[in-house]
Amino acid sequence: MAAVFNLNHPPHIAHWHFIYLSVPNLVVIVVMLVVFALAILVPFPKHNVDRGSS
Amino acid sequence: MSATTDRSARKNWTVELRKRAVAALPPEKLLPDGQPAYLSSWIYVFGVLSLASLVVLIGSGSILALKGPTWWHVTGIGHFFNSMHLWSVELFFFFMVIHLWGKYWMAAWRGGRKRTWITGAVTFLVAIPCALTGYVSQQNFDSQWISTQAKDAMNATGIGAFFNLLDFGQMYSYHIYLLPVAVVALVVGHVLLVRKHGIVPPFILDEHQPILAAAATDGAAAAPPAEAEAERPAAAEATDVPDGQPQPATEAETPPTGEPEPTG
Repeated sequence: MAAVFNLNHPPHIAHWHFIYLSVPNLVVIVVMLVVFALAILVPFPKHNVDRGSS
Repeated sequence: MSATTDRSARKNWTVELRKRAVAALPPEKLLPDGQPAYLSSWIYVFGVLSLASLVVLIGSGSILALKGPTWWHVTGIGHFFNSMHLWSVELFFFFMVIHLWGKYWMAAWRGGRKRTWITGAVTFLVAIPCALTGYVSQQNFDSQWISTQAKDAMNATGIGAFFNLLDFGQMYSYHIYLLPVAVVALVVGHVLLVRKHGIVPPFILDEHQPILAAAATDGAAAAPPAEAEAERPAAAEATDVPDGQPQPATEAETPPTGEPEPTG
């Protein structure tokens, strides 16, 4: 079965000044930043707990 | 109990250890039935996600260790567990880094939680060579390439004679025994410290409001930004308490009734 992604080649590189990263590593870092932002911004589901409010 | 038994109990090291352990971490603190309301945020789930990844990581790694390199290279089920081991370590680092970012911006070392922060940070540092030794233990061309490249780096730092990445036996021992034991021990210590001191509460924004309001309304008469910044740690520390002391109840961290919010 053919692979979903063809990995039989050197990785693409993102190079900007001293920053030198393979694109897969860059994608993971960007996804981590996005998940971090979502974890802060997305509201957490509330439980319906009867607190006996007055 | 007789007087003789009382005296022997007092001298018994197991009794003394038990007393100290229960005093440091009483059962209701070790296994609480609720958590503060401020934990209702997704940013607090990444610690336990890291733990879950670690469990899968150790489980899949144990099976790989039992079956050996030929099995994980040539059989279908071996490929499956090999992939599971790889992706669980990817997720372990993914979740651990987000956990680290979150705790850094919360200044999670506040309130006598320095050891909690340090054990977490050291766990991250120890996990890196644990993963590296895994990459060079794959027994394929990839691991040969990584080990020869990394050997140059180790030689350049002067520790190549002690940490030989071309020695499969040494790397495998580090990967499946020494470093995992260190990681698990650190994680256990980290979790126990979290239980002992509780999870760090958020900064109380209300304490900063007067400073911000003065700066906005009084103009030149207000405290300059540098002074306002200098006051921030003091304001934050005002909520801190010594080790083992309960946190002061605040509206931000306590449910309206004062009861802890049930988990699950």
